[in-house]
Amino acid sequence: MTTSPILQTTGLSKNFGGVRALHNVSFDLRPGELLGVIGPNGSGKTTLVNLITRFVKPSSGTVTFKGKKISHLPPYKIVRLGIARTFQMVKPFYHLPAYKNMIIPLYSPRMKQLAGGKYGDRDAVALDLLEEVGFERDAHVAYKAAGALPQGYLKRLELAKAIALQPDLFILDELFSGLSLAEVASIVPIIEKLRMAGKAIIMIEHRLKELFRIADRIIVMNYGEKIADGSAAEVMESEAVKRAYLGAEDE
Amino acid sequence: MKKRKERIDRGIKVRSSDIFALLSWREMLYLGAPRILPVVVCLVLPLVLGPYWQKVLLSVAVVALLAISWDILAQTGMVSLGQALFFGVGAYCAGAMNHYWNLSPFLTLPLATIMGAVICTLLLLPVLRLRGIYFSMVTLIIPLILVRVIEATKIFGGTEGLSGMTPLPSKWIELYLVLAVLLCVLFGFRRIMDSDYGLVLKGINDNDRSVINAGINIYWFKAQSLFFAGAIGSFSGAFMTHVYMFVGMPVFALDYSILPIAAAVVGGPGTLAGATLGAFILVPLSEALRGFGGLRIVFYGVFLVIFIVVLPEGIFHYIQRKYHQIERWVGVEK
Ligand SMILES: Nc1ncnc2c1ncn2[C@@H]1O[C@H](COP(=O)(O)OP(=O)(O)OP(=O)(O)O)[C@@H](O)[C@H]1O
Ligand SMILES: [Mg+2]
Repeated sequence: MTTSPILQTTGLSKNFGGVRALHNVSFDLRPGELLGVIGPNGSGKTTLVNLITRFVKPSSGTVTFKGKKISHLPPYKIVRLGIARTFQMVKPFYHLPAYKNMIIPLYSPRMKQLAGGKYGDRDAVALDLLEEVGFERDAHVAYKAAGALPQGYLKRLELAKAIALQPDLFILDELFSGLSLAEVASIVPIIEKLRMAGKAIIMIEHRLKELFRIADRIIVMNYGEKIADGSAAEVMESEAVKRAYLGAEDE
Repeated sequence: MKKRKERIDRGIKVRSSDIFALLSWREMLYLGAPRILPVVVCLVLPLVLGPYWQKVLLSVAVVALLAISWDILAQTGMVSLGQALFFGVGAYCAGAMNHYWNLSPFLTLPLATIMGAVICTLLLLPVLRLRGIYFSMVTLIIPLILVRVIEATKIFGGTEGLSGMTPLPSKWIELYLVLAVLLCVLFGFRRIMDSDYGLVLKGINDNDRSVINAGINIYWFKAQSLFFAGAIGSFSGAFMTHVYMFVGMPVFALDYSILPIAAAVVGGPGTLAGATLGAFILVPLSEALRGFGGLRIVFYGVFLVIFIVVLPEGIFHYIQRKYHQIERWVGVEK
């Protein structure tokens, strides 16, 4: 490939006290690429996301986004540059209607930058975005309190909040976990559409089958280290991966 | 058979939630009453009360303002134990401007409101990053430090304080000024907290992670909330300086920190209206208990406990629920 990477990490490491959560992880990602990150529980996948988005400060290593070093910036500035993430544990505002949960991302200074200083009618935009991720408008799901929605909708809400920020890089942390096959099948086209639009996407997943179907490339993590990087087929052939997954993966 | 309480919106609430409410007087009244009632109360009370209770009404308004200020901060995730800081800084700003520069109260009040807000925001800016109880402790300590600073350096009259302030022209101006400010602050900030901007502030309290994740600098928003709370608190302090015609170290007393919190908690936090209602109940109650002498604080405490035990959600939430919903017991299947 000839395009320059949109995201580049070099030697990212993080120690929590004595725990080596992440060790010397380097990779890069091109625009329009969908990168899957897999690995057993506790292998450092979420930590990797937290270091890129700077929710957690790296012990060492750098992150470069669109050619600019970002690993010293506070998280809110990183978001403004165009990286949006979802959280593994979704924590919506349970007492608010789903569409009101969209107001905070729509209030983002990033929206103001992109729209040339104007916000527009946030409620209307919120409803449109939710419809895009599968909140049926006729059924008025978007008006229900987030606390009353099933997990499938909460995950879609989480995705819609990321889409609202119109980022160039999405980082989706276990978006599919806890969802039924049908629910996953309904979200996959949304993700493919984002990729078609040229967005770079990192997906952390335990649902390997679904991930392999859409990912261009897979990184495998184990004990905080990157143990394989390549196409799904290549990665699953690797000896290190087989060893990591033997016993660890029995789902 | 097990039972649970079912809550249903009153028919009139449903009917009056769209534009057709404008077609019927009954529904207009239903919508308007909660807004008109406080205005009427504030207009009429000064006229029907005797001179003693008029003074009490001033305290009620001041505590209500401090409680609203506390509630705004609390809704932004900052639990202040030091409303006396806002009150005291405002009081000294107004006092100093009046004493040294002879400015009229109509200038010192707005100036002290803004100066106080700036000073309080700057004082607390370094600790905005502290969470929960750590922030609270700092707010508790700063007023105590300021008292010692004034005592030791003898600025602003030291332990004597500054006296001989210009009073407001008449007690009627005093009463209606503070009540008008209270109503504006109450309705104005209720509106603000209900807006998208308010949603961001409340989001910081609920789940700051998701606010940061929207690219929003939460410290900038917390600072704004602090500024609002500081302005409201400083106004109340500045106002009292001109009522007492004196400003001194007692303005940093613990009472000004504790009473507003009690009012907000008893009245129902998170609504501003609850904080106001709480002040209208607790301050007169405290006055009415004066007859008990030393036992006053005991009875007062007992009342507080009763309120909190019987209506843990707060009085305002309770009234609001009764106003909008009917309740009935229904059997639960299984
Ligand atoms: N804030 C923290 N403090 C201490 N240890 C942490 C912290 N966050 C993560 N860890 C540790 O770092 C290691 C990696 O955790 P991480 O959450 O990144 O794993 P993961 O790959 O996302 O796992 P999962 O698949 O369960 O989500 C784990 O051993 C975890 O206990
Ligand atoms: Mg994880």
